[in-house]
Amino acid sequence: MTKRLFMKGNEALAMAAIEAGCRYYFGYPITPQSDIPEYMARELPRLGGEFVQAESEVASINMLLGASATGARAMTSSSSPGISLKQEGISYMAGAELPGVIVNICRSGPGLGGIDASQADYFQAVKGGGHGGYHIIVLAPSSVQEMYDLTMLAFDLSDLYRIPAMILGDSVVGQMKESFVPHPRPLRDLPPKEWVVRGREKGEQRVVKSLYLGDGELEAHNWKLHARYAELKEKEVRREEFMLDDAELIVTAFGSAARIARSAVMAARDKGLKVGLLRPITLFPFPEKAFRAATQRCRKVLAIELNAGQMVEDVRLSVARDAEVFFYGRPPGAGSLPTPEELLVQIEKYC
Amino acid sequence: MKQVFQKPVSLKDVQTHFCPGCHHGTYHRLVAEAMDEFGVQGRTIGVASVGCSVFLYSYFDIDVVEAPHGRAPAVATGVKRARPDAFVFTYQGDGDLAAIGTAEIIHAANRGEDITVIFVNNTTYGMTGGQMAPTTLVGQRTSTSPFGRNAAKDGSPIRMAELLSQLEGVAFSARVAVNNPRNLMDAKKQIRKAFRYQAEGKGFSFIEALSSCPTNWGMDPLAANARVGTEMCGYFPLGVFKDTANFHAG
Repeated sequence: MTKRLFMKGNEALAMAAIEAGCRYYFGYPITPQSDIPEYMARELPRLGGEFVQAESEVASINMLLGASATGARAMTSSSSPGISLKQEGISYMAGAELPGVIVNICRSGPGLGGIDASQADYFQAVKGGGHGGYHIIVLAPSSVQEMYDLTMLAFDLSDLYRIPAMILGDSVVGQMKESFVPHPRPLRDLPPKEWVVRGREKGEQRVVKSLYLGDGELEAHNWKLHARYAELKEKEVRREEFMLDDAELIVTAFGSAARIARSAVMAARDKGLKVGLLRPITLFPFPEKAFRAATQRCRKVLAIELNAGQMVEDVRLSVARDAEVFFYGRPPGAGSLPTPEELLVQIEKYC
Repeated sequence: MKQVFQKPVSLKDVQTHFCPGCHHGTYHRLVAEAMDEFGVQGRTIGVASVGCSVFLYSYFDIDVVEAPHGRAPAVATGVKRARPDAFVFTYQGDGDLAAIGTAEIIHAANRGEDITVIFVNNTTYGMTGGQMAPTTLVGQRTSTSPFGRNAAKDGSPIRMAELLSQLEGVAFSARVAVNNPRNLMDAKKQIRKAFRYQAEGKGFSFIEALSSCPTNWGMDPLAANARVGTEMCGYFPLGVFKDTANFHAG
């Protein structure tokens, strides 16, 4: 039996990246994710890998782009302001169909904001944060176990679909310690990377690029990318359903907010209120069908987020017609993390 | 009959999009010749930049990664770290390297990344239509310095080859030109040396290549070629500014 460990979420994530075969890490210090580069700086050299502390977030995402173009599994991590800087590179990676894992241990904003847990980067993550109209895979862990499991999944999905993948966490899941089981990497059939640059001695010229100037070329390229996003929506949606079967109110939340929401749902059940939780694990692809199916029967949804209302827009687009969608959230900052008791008050309003 | 001169194997047999009188084509050839000479074409990964040099992969018969504007040295760092056996070079213009990509070039050089950078300096943004570059000479008129570059407001042109020569990680830094046969032969020699240093794992090697830009300078090819010698070489002197071989010997 695999033994159970007790570690910080950020360290579990770094450990999972290495288990997934990531040997190249490029990053820049920023709170609350610096445990990740520190872990990689310590562990990668003895594994024959490379750790580079880059001059900026702009440089580190481009180092990821370069390493990924050779076919290597590589990762970068940062927190909100640093992720803004990476958006240029993420857009280029999306355009050039390059895999790669980007970790955002979110902090509150806008601007320098604060270092408190925040989900205010939801829009940036799921709508394509850079220019040009693309999507990346976005996974939202809500426990240290998921920091581990979803990081490993991120590498596989990213390679399989040739789309950058993001882990969207925050300081709650990043900084807290929790026990988890570090499963070995699950075996998954992945296609050979026949697109990597490797030198002409291995065959015909290969070019990794996002520039398409010929008549109709760029449109065709975009349709190809969008067909892959549609395939993701078909095949790779993940969500958790908790006490939904007889629910008369569906509470929905992701990541660390879902932990607090779950406690509130359980407290509501203790009071005899029929409340369930629908937790998106993949934020892109969003569990549209799950929301539609659940709201065919239960017509009320309460979305709870650590922001002023972002995922709730995707919930509204996904629910069955006539379903009512309510929202509770607070812009993040010191002292604005809601308690289960506060959420229970909100739940009771709609029951 | 014995063939004594031919197109480098590392170059494709195609016409370039470069304007008549532009020196990019000549530099492409010199770089390809050096590649042939060292026998590295088969394991070369080139990093293209943004500007007139973006079509690197259309002319060089090598694998290429396209980098965002200014980021080629960071992309090359990622490539080289993951594939230390590959021969890696970037090919960048002056807006790309000396303006938007200043941080990336300085730090790749300072880390002593084992890559070669070919930096083509033509004192203007060629692809976007001749705007002021960080290397535009004082007094030079461009579309965004219509009254001439004003040192008091725009600063003075940056001498990248000298600047980078100050960094410990740099093994070799030289400035070359191809405006006459003598300079061209010397440019060939220096590019070869830069490549040799990478092949020997000596560290970061840098070639600043002065180029004409007849179209954006509003000159015919001959006058533009002459300007490289009469105006550019005065402010941007040709020569070797750092050579670790000499450094250690001396």
